[in-house]
Amino acid sequence: MFGRGLKIFSLLSAVLVTGAFALAFFYAPEDADQGLRQKIFYVHVPLGIVTLAGFVAGGIYAVRFLRSGDRAHDLRSYVAIHMSLIFGVGALLTGSLWAKAAWGSWWVWNEPTLVSFLIVFLLYACYQPLRFSIEDPGRQARYAAVFACVGGAFVPLNFMAVRLAQPLIHPRTLSSTANLPGSVSFTFLVALVAMAVLFTTLCKYELASKTAAMQLRSIRRRLSGEDISPLADPSRRSAAPQRL
Amino acid sequence: MRAAVSALVRKDLQAELRNLEAVPAMTLFTVSAFVLFHFGLDRETLQGDLASGVLWVTLLLAALLGMNRLFVTEREQGGFDAFLLAPVDRTAMFVAKALVLFGFLVVAEVVAVAAFALLLLGPGLGQALPELLLVLLLADAGLAVIGTLVGALAVQTRARDLIVPLIALPLSVPLLIAAAQASAPLLAEGGAGPLAGRWLAILALYDVVFGLLSYALFDYLLED
Repeated sequence: MFGRGLKIFSLLSAVLVTGAFALAFFYAPEDADQGLRQKIFYVHVPLGIVTLAGFVAGGIYAVRFLRSGDRAHDLRSYVAIHMSLIFGVGALLTGSLWAKAAWGSWWVWNEPTLVSFLIVFLLYACYQPLRFSIEDPGRQARYAAVFACVGGAFVPLNFMAVRLAQPLIHPRTLSSTANLPGSVSFTFLVALVAMAVLFTTLCKYELASKTAAMQLRSIRRRLSGEDISPLADPSRRSAAPQRL
Repeated sequence: MRAAVSALVRKDLQAELRNLEAVPAMTLFTVSAFVLFHFGLDRETLQGDLASGVLWVTLLLAALLGMNRLFVTEREQGGFDAFLLAPVDRTAMFVAKALVLFGFLVVAEVVAVAAFALLLLGPGLGQALPELLLVLLLADAGLAVIGTLVGALAVQTRARDLIVPLIALPLSVPLLIAAAQASAPLLAEGGAGPLAGRWLAILALYDVVFGLLSYALFDYLLED
């Protein structure tokens, strides 16, 4: 069901990610102030932006699930948030490394973008425990969707509140691209697109694998004729949606 | 709708008056927290942003206790089933519970703010009280709205007591920022500073956004 286009997406993301790295190292100019260390910009910022976009996408799929009741949307919402959490860890780690290199400390509290990202990350870290602690699959899907909607609205509001509370050191990437030299903003855009395509590809892989596992389970169940639903066996419970 | 809401609110207030569960726990918790802060910070008095931070963290944690208790009786005593049998709009439950939580918070804060002024606060509270009340009410509305949503979300899970703080704390960070920043100048030494309008705007925006969102989403949290 979700397997279509996987090959093209895989090729495209391999080409784009390699291209973005090549551009970052060979085409974009070296930063006068930070030198080679500034190159992490082309990984860190796209990671952060794609993570937040993934959280919001999870919220949008959740709205669609609540409106239509189609479990495929619940699965999409779950996968988007799950993948965003993984990308979010990457963004936090690369950000921390860069902060150590550029500002001299691993974590900076007076930095609104960092702090609001952490708050959003902590909120979404509860998504899986919430799903895991609800046993009934229908209720699990509905409650997780409500959480995802609230989270999706929380992302922009939280950024606004934290940003107002503190002075700015962190550059506003998207609004200040006008001041960057053309080669830097071109490389950045390629890196952003590459990261977004990579995110989509990984999501498609997870969706395909999850649906394949579901189909396999239902075929097995039909063959053996007995109930081996995940609810019957507590050791096989998972936070992920189990049925479409 | 109005009749259903007022019936539900009356029921909850009556249950609270008979049991005395949530509000006394919240008030006792705030006073104990102030004592803890006194020893933890090793200060006789607090002022300015430190006072505001201590006050708001304490109130936020006390609100978590209220959120945790809000739906427990409905689930354990079959209140949800009875409510779903009644031919009323389901959002009535949300409005009623949010009003009840708001009321609990206000009552608890009457004691908590008085205790704070007596025990910890350096400068007098008299002059800044009207502005502080405004900040308190706006923040309470936000806490009541997300508290009702999170409480309803968590009460059906197996790990209720863990889910409420885990979700409610990050969600209320914008509220805490705005409320603490707005009340810091009010509690400053040497006369209250002016109240910054943008924090009130953030509080009001938060209340409106999450109020509408919870209003729209609450139906899905009740069983069919």
